[in-house]
Amino acid sequence: MTALLQHPGYEEERLQRVAEQLPCREVQAGLLLSLMGQPQQYSYPSIFIYGHRASGKSHVIYQTVGHYSSSLQLPHATVSCVECVSVALLFEQVLLSFFGCDAASLLPRSPSLSDFVRIYKQQCSQSPAKQTRYIVMEKAELLRDTDANLLPALLRLQELVEDNITVILLSEIAWDKFRPNTGCFEPLLLHFPDYSKGELQQILSQDRHPSYSAELYSSYINILLGVFYSVCRDLRELRHLAALNFSKFCEPLAEGKVKETDTHKLWRNIEPHLKKAMQTVYLREVSSLQWEQMQQMEEKETGALRGLSAHTHVELPYYSKFLLIAAYLASYNPARTDKRFFLKHHGKIRKTNFLKKNEKTSNHLLGPKPFPLDRLLAIFYSVVDSRVAPTASIFSQISSLVTLQLLTQVSHDDQLDAPKYKCAVSMDFICAISRTVNFDIVKYLYDFL
Amino acid sequence: MSKRKGKDAHLPVGECITLVQQILRERLCHQQLPDKPDGIEAQHKHLLELLKRTAVHGESNSVLIVGPRGAGKTMLLKCVLRDLLEEKEAQKNLLQVHLNGLLQTDDRIALKEITRQLHLENVVGDKVFGSFAENLAFLLEALKKGDRSSSRPVLFVLDEFDLFAHHKNQTLLYNLFDVSQSAQAPIAVVGVTCRLDVLELLEKRVKSRFSHRQIHLLSNLTFTEYLERVQTQLCLPDDFPDSKFAQDWNDSIQTLCEDKSVEEVLQRHFNSSKDFRSMHMLLMLCLSRVSVAKPAIKPADLLEASRLCFADAKANMLHGLSILELCLIIAMKHLNDVYEGEPFNLQMVHNEFKKFLQRKSNSMYNFDQPVIMKVCINMKPLSKFFLPFNSFPATRFLESNTLYCFRCSSAMIGRITVNIYIFCMKTDKFNIFPSKPITYTSCFSSPSGLRAPAAAGADPTG
Repeated sequence: MTALLQHPGYEEERLQRVAEQLPCREVQAGLLLSLMGQPQQYSYPSIFIYGHRASGKSHVIYQTVGHYSSSLQLPHATVSCVECVSVALLFEQVLLSFFGCDAASLLPRSPSLSDFVRIYKQQCSQSPAKQTRYIVMEKAELLRDTDANLLPALLRLQELVEDNITVILLSEIAWDKFRPNTGCFEPLLLHFPDYSKGELQQILSQDRHPSYSAELYSSYINILLGVFYSVCRDLRELRHLAALNFSKFCEPLAEGKVKETDTHKLWRNIEPHLKKAMQTVYLREVSSLQWEQMQQMEEKETGALRGLSAHTHVELPYYSKFLLIAAYLASYNPARTDKRFFLKHHGKIRKTNFLKKNEKTSNHLLGPKPFPLDRLLAIFYSVVDSRVAPTASIFSQISSLVTLQLLTQVSHDDQLDAPKYKCAVSMDFICAISRTVNFDIVKYLYDFL
Repeated sequence: MSKRKGKDAHLPVGECITLVQQILRERLCHQQLPDKPDGIEAQHKHLLELLKRTAVHGESNSVLIVGPRGAGKTMLLKCVLRDLLEEKEAQKNLLQVHLNGLLQTDDRIALKEITRQLHLENVVGDKVFGSFAENLAFLLEALKKGDRSSSRPVLFVLDEFDLFAHHKNQTLLYNLFDVSQSAQAPIAVVGVTCRLDVLELLEKRVKSRFSHRQIHLLSNLTFTEYLERVQTQLCLPDDFPDSKFAQDWNDSIQTLCEDKSVEEVLQRHFNSSKDFRSMHMLLMLCLSRVSVAKPAIKPADLLEASRLCFADAKANMLHGLSILELCLIIAMKHLNDVYEGEPFNLQMVHNEFKKFLQRKSNSMYNFDQPVIMKVCINMKPLSKFFLPFNSFPATRFLESNTLYCFRCSSAMIGRITVNIYIFCMKTDKFNIFPSKPITYTSCFSSPSGLRAPAAAGADPTG
């Protein structure tokens, strides 16, 4: 922390406060501050900061450059590249933050980079920078998809506008993936390493529950990290998991069964819940409120505990189920094999003879193949028990399956005579569906012969 | 040592350091012009002579400055302009137009910018021009002096010249070169580019009007010169207010450059690139470590800075992955090996992962497909380990769970493998690579691994 405090040109008190806000990122913040130098001095034209998500990139920048009341309050413009769908928004944001809305309104309607630089220079000559100005670009990887000139120009913006300005790019991707093919001004690269287990423990222990002791929360975090660290190192995700499961952890304490010091019993209590949560790590299918409700529901049900992702239960009409089954068969069976499955007198064909040379891979690994409507209907007629007329009701059921995203249309919308579809459901799902109509789908799948 | 000496000097150390930072930062970050461009005197003289002829005698000229990035092209041009403007006649006569290929992305914008830089907005007013050439001719006409028939010479500087060649029909270049060829208003066109093959980009009619005068900045710097350059970049000027401190600083720089380890580091940098920019970056990192408590650059600083410069970004990123993510990448890598670079999809990766779990079931928890998919999606923006095979957006991927393909890009796989092997050796239990390579058929001959749990009870013979 002392390294962070020795930066002349900034108020010591502020530096102290910033340092408190940046646990485990002192080295990076110190390096950044020393690169920035004193406010009135020039800084390197562009700095590129990369690291995994939730490694504190934006946090360090916000704490040092600005954004928070406790930070160093340097002139800066923060731009999130996700928000800037057009470059006009980017330019406007920058001009607005540095020179106020008068300057931003000078931009013409669809401004070019040339307009931006011209207006910036013009404004800059009226109010030259006393301190280094910073433009912070978040999610900078999106800049690669915009105009090809934008990124090289931003990197040498200091030279183009002739002002004391530094562009800071934040990204999850290494710089090698950014470099345009004719090269450009190379930014200074800074890496933010991931938090180690100890650092995660330290940071997570900070948001403890007020009604429990710090030691208890710390031991809870210890248990949590022991389970999840191998799967997930994302601080944000871990924090979400910690918040989600803490009430469960405290349950025996609230009921008075266990004392706070009895870690072993607490561990035995929480273990099955954490194991269940493991199946849904990263998914965020439910909000924390829903999660609690579901846990209460499951306690009432005496049946086996189900994972969250098993909750994909869909009610379909009778024929729709068969349509979906037919679509699944059409997607995962080669068309050549239809004769064998759906004709009565096809003659004996052995699978080994049937195999073509390049067809050794399982169809289930390769994913669904597109099929025309005719084939779907032909399979449908042979799998459904009763005779069905090809009425409008059948066709409308197909289109409602597409709407439900159980099928996807792969041909273009305007192709009316022979549309093509793909089946977009998983094996588990189709097995569940076929069980409800007493249809043994595995018998009909070429992969499982 | 400097602290003691700082006391008898007439400036406190803090102020000295601030001044040092200010001077050197201006040099390293803001590309402050040197007094004399060293190593490129011949080019400097050539260009100065050329521009002088335009500025003073009204001759038209065109020239290209070609050299790799960071070789000092812009620095050379700026030095020449500075020296040129010291001459009174040139200063009075010469008009300058600076265009940059990054900013002026098409000819319409470029023309507007030319008009603005020549202060002719009110002359043009809202006239309508038939063609681009007419417009440019009008602009040049407007520059003619009232009483004499001669015109004022105009210098056009085209930065990132190669980008102008991509404009439609190369109209701007054609007209500029055309004016410089014919006896119209005297103009000098100076193109700055990093592409050696830039002439190939020009259309025939444009090429024929170009003078084919090129100034190459290909540095043939030796290591001793490089060392000297480093030293001059770090040295304080003679007019530094505290001469005692400046003397100390310069001495410490001298000893720094003579240090054995420093020389080794600089040799490494010299071997990888000898341009100004990368050197500036290295020195900037050193300079940032200078503070009141440590008012000199030590060899350790340079080593540290060099470590930062040469940091392997991929290894850095790989270090931050969780074990699950690493497992998946190894699975992808393995698939890549088995199928010789064929694209693979998520289902295959998951299948491979499950096979790994069967072998070493205690080391990792079995995850459902949705979790695996989410992990892969989270890794996807890293896009350094695998590339999307087809360009389905992620939302489509979520809807239909197997349509998406990934492809390990083969170029980086080699380097990743090394890292992964090191990782495997460290963790020991983490050996996904089977002792003998799995062949294509043995992978898929038994369908048991492929079957979803719900279908496990069914009779596979059908």
